[in-house]
Amino acid sequence: MTAGHDDHDGHEHAHPNGRPLSDPELRVKALEQVLVEKGLVDAAAVDALIETYETRVGPHNGARVVARAWTDADYKRRLLDNGTKAIAELGYSGIQGEDMVVVENTSTVHNVLVCTLCSCYPWPVLGLPPVWYKSAPYRSRVIIEPRKVLAEFGLKIADEVEVRVWDSTAELRYMVLPERPADTQGMSADELAALVTRDAMIGVARVAAPRA
Amino acid sequence: MNGIHDLGGMHGFGAVIRERDEPNFHHAWERRVFGLFAPSFAAGLFCVDEFRHAIERMGAAEYLQSSYYEHWLHAIETLALEKDIVTAEELRNGHAASGSPRATPALAAAGVPALVETGASARVDTTVKAKFAEGDMVVVKNIHPVGHTRLPRYCRDKLGCIDRDHGVFVFPDSAAHGKGEKPQHCYSVYFSAQELWGSKASRNDSVYVDLWDDYLLPA
Repeated sequence: MTAGHDDHDGHEHAHPNGRPLSDPELRVKALEQVLVEKGLVDAAAVDALIETYETRVGPHNGARVVARAWTDADYKRRLLDNGTKAIAELGYSGIQGEDMVVVENTSTVHNVLVCTLCSCYPWPVLGLPPVWYKSAPYRSRVIIEPRKVLAEFGLKIADEVEVRVWDSTAELRYMVLPERPADTQGMSADELAALVTRDAMIGVARVAAPRA
Repeated sequence: MNGIHDLGGMHGFGAVIRERDEPNFHHAWERRVFGLFAPSFAAGLFCVDEFRHAIERMGAAEYLQSSYYEHWLHAIETLALEKDIVTAEELRNGHAASGSPRATPALAAAGVPALVETGASARVDTTVKAKFAEGDMVVVKNIHPVGHTRLPRYCRDKLGCIDRDHGVFVFPDSAAHGKGEKPQHCYSVYFSAQELWGSKASRNDSVYVDLWDDYLLPA
């Protein structure tokens, strides 16, 4: 697992709180400082980007798209026909979602997403990818044994259902339109959006029915 | 290149480990690396294909042992050094050499919302004839480029079918090496799981891969 990379590696440089600075910590600091001093990077722009993706962009965006598709047949048609345009109707567009394709899960087809070559991910609708999505185990395995990986995520797919794995090797970014759970008639789009998870829009989970 | 990054279908990496309530960033420095990407891109330090290729060129062991944002850090450092935008000494000292020319940042904080909203599409607004149409059977070329490519090993020499034509896009194999955009059609190509992985794969399953004209031959 790459996330647990230890940054307490005993480097001699002191951290403001007394802890030694790790190698990447020092390197990033130096790199940013040099680029700022050369006038290539504005540190305030770096701050603004971090703030945007930590607070505004995330799977709640995609959840609104899904809920709208579940409650508006015309919108769903537009979404499957031209994902980029339909997603932009709800105000989501841009970096790592410039060209979007939405694939629909049904009773006969289950879609799941991966980027085997790097970690491409549809930022405007899902935010930044979780570590597991970027990890070697997921990228190597889901393409060759999707049913086994999905089962490990707790998702059993019936033999007769077609599993489609989408490898985003180009600049198209994918999002799964999950199946609407039963017993959700009469729920508003906002209530439905609250049920939709990131994992369901990657295709490694179903949307669970609301708890009674 | 047939690098370690081309992971599809490899064995031996173990279970997919998930973290409950995972934060976007695990260390403060990861935030800074993430935030440096777009401003560096805007300043012309690299295009996205060069960036990916810089990660692919990492040593295989280093690639597997380092985290995602360490890959990014490595790529920005590598490209800034290779393009003589910074020197190794400057990165060691953490300061620009005295007397360095001072540019004006291409991306100011005020420009961030517009950039986030617009991005930088790799779609090219030009008319290029498509070599294939929806429903055409294709064979993926059995090629092993030593430079950057977005053609995964697992689908080389395999029989597929054009599922949809995405339109005209920059060709990464060319753009990553400063050889121009070479715009061409990019398609979603269908492969049966059995074509890719043999008769033990489920007969119902399939894999869709986005591939450019230059990777494909008529079947």
